[in-house]
Amino acid sequence: MLETETAERWIGARYPRKEDAALLTGNARFIDDLEPVAGIRHSAILRSDHAHACIVSIDTSKAAALPGVHGVVTGAAVADTIAPIPSAVRVPIKFYPIAIDKVRYVGEPVAVVVAEDRYIAEDAIELIDVVYEPLSATADPKIAMSENALLLHDDVGSNVVHHRTFRYGDPEAAFERADRVVKLDWRYPRYSSTPMETYGLIANFERQPDRYTLWSNFQGPFILHALMTGALGVPGNRLRLITAPHSGGSFGIKQAMFPYMVLLAACSRVLGCPVKWIEDRLEHLTGSSTAADRADSVEAAFAEDGELLGLKFDNVVNVGAFVRAPEPASVYRMHSASNGCYRVKNIAVENRLVVTNTTPIGLNRGYGGPQFYYALERVMEAGAKELGVDPAEIRRRNFIQPDEFPYKAPAGATYDSGDYEAGLNQAMELAAYDDLKAARENARSDGKLFGIGMAAGIEPSGSNMAYVTLAQTPEERAKAGGRSGGLGTATVSVDPSGSVTVKTVSTPAGQGHQTVAAQVVADALGLRPDQVDVITEVDTLTSAWSLASGNYANRFSSVVIGAVADAADKVAKKIKLIAAENLEVAPEDVELVGGNAQVVGVPEKALPVRRVAAQTHWHPAGLPDQMEPGLFETTIMNPEMLDAPDEQDRVASAVTFGYVFDLAAVEIDRKTGEIEIVKYVSVHDVGNVLNEIVVEGQIYGGFAHGLGGALLEELVYDAGANPQSGTFADYLCITAPEVPELTIGHFNTPSPHNTLGAKGMGDGSSMLAPIAIANAAADALGTFDIELPLTLNKNWAAANGLPYARAGSAKAKVGGGPREADNFEGGLTGDGSVELSAPPEEVWKLLLDPDTLAAVVPGCEELNQVGEDSFTAEVTIGVAGIKGVYSAEINLRDKIDAQSLRLVGKASGALGFGQGEGNVTLEAAGDSRTRLNYSYRANVGGKVAAVGQRMLGTVTKLLIGQFFRGFDRRLKSSGAGQTSRKGFFGRLFGGRDA
Amino acid sequence: MLRIKSDQKQRVTLTVNDKTVSGFAQPRLLLTDFLRHELGLYGTHVGCEHGVCGACTIIIDDVATRSCLRYAVQCDGMKLRTVEGLEDVDGTLNALQKAFNENGALQCGFCTAGILMSATKFLQENPKPNRDEVRDMLSGHICRCTGYEQIVRAILQASGQ
Repeated sequence: MLETETAERWIGARYPRKEDAALLTGNARFIDDLEPVAGIRHSAILRSDHAHACIVSIDTSKAAALPGVHGVVTGAAVADTIAPIPSAVRVPIKFYPIAIDKVRYVGEPVAVVVAEDRYIAEDAIELIDVVYEPLSATADPKIAMSENALLLHDDVGSNVVHHRTFRYGDPEAAFERADRVVKLDWRYPRYSSTPMETYGLIANFERQPDRYTLWSNFQGPFILHALMTGALGVPGNRLRLITAPHSGGSFGIKQAMFPYMVLLAACSRVLGCPVKWIEDRLEHLTGSSTAADRADSVEAAFAEDGELLGLKFDNVVNVGAFVRAPEPASVYRMHSASNGCYRVKNIAVENRLVVTNTTPIGLNRGYGGPQFYYALERVMEAGAKELGVDPAEIRRRNFIQPDEFPYKAPAGATYDSGDYEAGLNQAMELAAYDDLKAARENARSDGKLFGIGMAAGIEPSGSNMAYVTLAQTPEERAKAGGRSGGLGTATVSVDPSGSVTVKTVSTPAGQGHQTVAAQVVADALGLRPDQVDVITEVDTLTSAWSLASGNYANRFSSVVIGAVADAADKVAKKIKLIAAENLEVAPEDVELVGGNAQVVGVPEKALPVRRVAAQTHWHPAGLPDQMEPGLFETTIMNPEMLDAPDEQDRVASAVTFGYVFDLAAVEIDRKTGEIEIVKYVSVHDVGNVLNEIVVEGQIYGGFAHGLGGALLEELVYDAGANPQSGTFADYLCITAPEVPELTIGHFNTPSPHNTLGAKGMGDGSSMLAPIAIANAAADALGTFDIELPLTLNKNWAAANGLPYARAGSAKAKVGGGPREADNFEGGLTGDGSVELSAPPEEVWKLLLDPDTLAAVVPGCEELNQVGEDSFTAEVTIGVAGIKGVYSAEINLRDKIDAQSLRLVGKASGALGFGQGEGNVTLEAAGDSRTRLNYSYRANVGGKVAAVGQRMLGTVTKLLIGQFFRGFDRRLKSSGAGQTSRKGFFGRLFGGRDA
Repeated sequence: MLRIKSDQKQRVTLTVNDKTVSGFAQPRLLLTDFLRHELGLYGTHVGCEHGVCGACTIIIDDVATRSCLRYAVQCDGMKLRTVEGLEDVDGTLNALQKAFNENGALQCGFCTAGILMSATKFLQENPKPNRDEVRDMLSGHICRCTGYEQIVRAILQASGQ
C-alpha cells in the first residue's frame, strides 16, 4: 500500500524536536540514571582547600576503617598506576588527574574514597588527615608572571608556560603610516557556562582482557581519547568510551572531564570494582573547568578616513594550574581569523600562557571568542570615538565585501560566504538606530547615563584539529609530523523491517541533533522525520568515530550534518537502483516521495521504500547485479579546506564562518549602578536554516550566556587564590527576569563549504553580547576603562568617578613562604565595640582566663594553654549549613596590661582554614565599666570560603555578639576571673574561619 | 517523639503520582536520592543540591518544593507529583508539555522537569498570568540552554493566551 503521495521538504521546517517527548515525561536517561554494570560503588573526592601547598602527609587510616568504605586512593597509588596525561604543548609539567606531592589550586583532587554509597564516601573524605605546608599563591596572571613569583612548576623555570609571536603582513609599517593609534588594555573575567548537569561517569576496569570501559557525559573531542589511553597505558581498543543517551548541557565544559575519567579509571583498577562519580555543584564550580580569564591589550592603527590599517594583540591567558589539553587552544581558536570581519591585512599577535593557582581552563561556549572580540570590537569602537565617526560607519568602511568571498584571511582562515554590511544595515533598521541616537541625546540632556554599543563578528565552526599546533613553531611542527583535518562521520542504516536508524556520534547536549539528522534523512529517503530514529551517543568500540567526533565548535551543522546527508544519499541511491529494477525504469526516473519509491510523473507506479530497503536483507539474490546486500552506509568525510598550518603559521582553522552583529542600548542608574538594557538587536548569518526552532533556541541561549558574562557571572578568587563562588548563590547565573527582550534578524548566505549550505551557529551572541554591552556601557559612562561583569558596584563607582573594583586588582604577596597573617586583601574585616559591666582590670583578667573563654566562646569544645601566650582550641562552627570542627592556634602579642593586646591566629578543619589577627583595646567607661574596642581581619580558604562567602561576615558578627553577651554574663556573675590565662579570641578567629 | 538512629533505615511510604509506593531511607537520605535511586523515578533531576537551581522541584502536598532540601523521612505519608505524573490520562503530553515542545522551550532538558512542576502549580494558582508574572516565577529556576524566552512563551501558550 502506498503511504502518502505528497512530497514534503523537512529541512528548514519549524519541526518540533523529536528529543522532547522523552525529556518532558521523565523518560530521558542521563548518566546518573544509568546502571550499566553490576556491583557499582560510589566515590567522593577529597579536594585541596589550599591554593598552593606541599603535601607533607596523607593519613587515610580513619577513612579506610569507616564501615562501608571499600578503599581510599591517593596520588601515590594513582602515580603507580598511570602515566601523566600528555599535553598539547611541550612543557616539562607532569599533569596527573590528582595531586601527587603538591597541590596547586583549591579544588584539586587529593584522594578518592570509594564506598557503598555516596553518603558514606563523603563521610570518609572528612576523616582523611592531610598535612599541608602552604606556599604563597596567586590567581592573578600578571603577578604570576612577575620576576619574583613563586613557580607552580619548578621544572618549567617560569610561570609563563607558552610564548609565541606572530606577524602577518607588515604591522610595523601599518602602525608607522597610521594617522591614529588607539590602545586599550583590560582584564577579561573568568566565567563558565555551568551546565545544569554536572560531570558524571562510571569507570570499570576488567582484568581480562585488561580493558577500561567508561560511561560518561563526556562531550568530546575524542582526540582526547588518545591522551587518556596515553595516561592509562593501553591501546585504543582497550579504552572503551560510551556516552549517555542524554547530556544535561555541556557548552564546552564537559570536554574537561577527561582527567576525571582517567582518575576514576585508575581507581577502578586499583580497587577492583566499577566506580561511579557524580560531581556536585561545589566541585563543579571549583574543580571542573572555566573559560579563560585574560590580561590583554590591543592596539589598532587607523587612517584618518577610518580605514583599519593594522592590529597588535598582546594576549596573556590565565590557563590555571596546568596546561590541560587542548589548551593553549583557547587563544588559537580565533587566531587565523584575527582580522574579524575586516579587510585589515597587517596583524601582530603575541600570546603568553601563564599558570596560576586556579582551576585549569578549557572549552566554554564561544571558546576564545568573547576574549578576542573584547579586544577587536572595543578597539573599533574606541577608534570610531577617536576619529569622530559613527561606530557603525567605521565598521562599514572596513568590512570584507560580498564579492570578496571566499575570503582568504591574513592568518589563514577561508571565510566561506557573507554580507556583513547587509547584516549591519538590518540591525540598524531593527534597532531604529536614528531614533535610538535621538533617545540617547534626550536622556543625556536629562542628565542620564545612556549608551549605545555594537559588535560584529564571524563565527568559525567545524574546527581543524590542527589549529592547536599553532602553539608549536613551524620547525617543531615539521618534527612532530603533519596534523590536519576534522573528520565528520555518520551512519544511516535500514534494518530488515525497513526501519531507518542514523548514528551521528555527535554527543549532543540539547542541540537537537536527533531532530535535524532525522529531517535530513527523511528528505533523502522520502520519509517523515518521525520514521527515522537517531542515535547520537558514542561507543568507541562499535561506532564509526574519529579524533574530531563530539560536540563542540559548532561542528554539527557545519560538518556532521554533511556526513549524515552524504550517508543518506548513498542509501537513497541504492534504494532507487533496486526500485528501478523492480519497476523496470531507469534509476534516474525514480524518486523517493511520501514513503514510496515512485516513477517521476507516474506516482501510481511505486513501491514502499520500506519494502525495497528490506529486500537488501530478505532477498539479496534478487538485487541488481554487483550490488552489495544490506543497507548500512557510513560516511567519513573531511572538509577539504582543513589543511595543516603552513610555514607562515597560516591555517584554515574552520569550515564555515557565520556572522553575528549585535547592538545594545543601555541606561545606567547613577544612584544605584543598575544597568538596564533598553534595546538589544542581534542579526545572524547561519547559512541555510536547518530547523527554525533549533536555530532560534541557540540564538536565545547564546545571548543569555553573553548577558551573564556581561552583567553577573564571575568566578571570583581572593588575593590568596581562594575561590569565592562555590554555590549558585555566589555564582550568579542569568535568570529569566534579567533577560531583556531580544530582537533577532537574519541575513543568511548559504555556505559553499557544506552540502546543505548550513553554517555552525551555536556560539552566536555568547561571543558578542559581552562586547556590545560593554561598548554601550562605555558610551554611557564616557570611558572604556571598565571591566566585566558590569556589577552594580562597578557601575556605580564608574558613574560617580570613584575607585573601580577590578578583577585581578588584588595585590597578593608573591615570592617566599607565607608569613603569619601577612595578607588580608580581599579578606574579611570588621570592627566594633562593646560596653562591659566591670572595670578594665577585671575584664582583662577574665579575657585571659581559659576556663571562662572555654565557657563563653560559641562552639568551644576545648581550650588549652600551650605556652606563655599560646593557646589551642577546638571549636565547632557552622556557616551556611556547613558545620565542622576547627583546630585553632592563637598567640597573644603586644600585651599591655589592662589596656590592649593583639591576637594572631590560624585555624583549620575538614571544611576549610583561615588565618587572621585582631586588636583589642580596653578603656574605662566610668561607673566600673569598660569600653572594649576590637578590630579584626582574616583570610579564609577551603570549602567554607567557597560556599559561605556571603555569610561569613554576618556569621562573624553574630559570633562576636554571642561571645560578648556570654562574656558579660560571666563578668557579672563571677565578679573576677580565676588565674590562668588563655587565648580568648580563638573563637573569634574560629568564627571567621568557620 | 520517635527517635531514629542516624544509620537506621526507615520505611517511607508515599503517594507518588496517585500510586502508593514505599522504600527504605536513612534519616539523612535526601528526597531526591530517595525518588531517584530508591524508587527509580529518574525524571527528577539534581542540579545544585543547595536549593538554588530549581531542577529538582516537585509538588509535595500541593506545594511546589525543592526536593533536594527535603529528607525522605520528612515526607512519609505525603502526596507527591513528579514529572512522571504529568501526562494526560490517555498517555499523551498534556497542554503544558505540548506547549514546551511546540515552542522549543527545552534543549538539554535537564532543568525542564523542575520548571514543568513549578509552572503546573503556578498556572493552577494564576491561570491567566502576564509575561512578567511568568518571568518572575521562572526566577526560581536556572536554565542554561534556552535563555528562557521560549519557556515564557510556552507557559503563556499553555495558559490559553
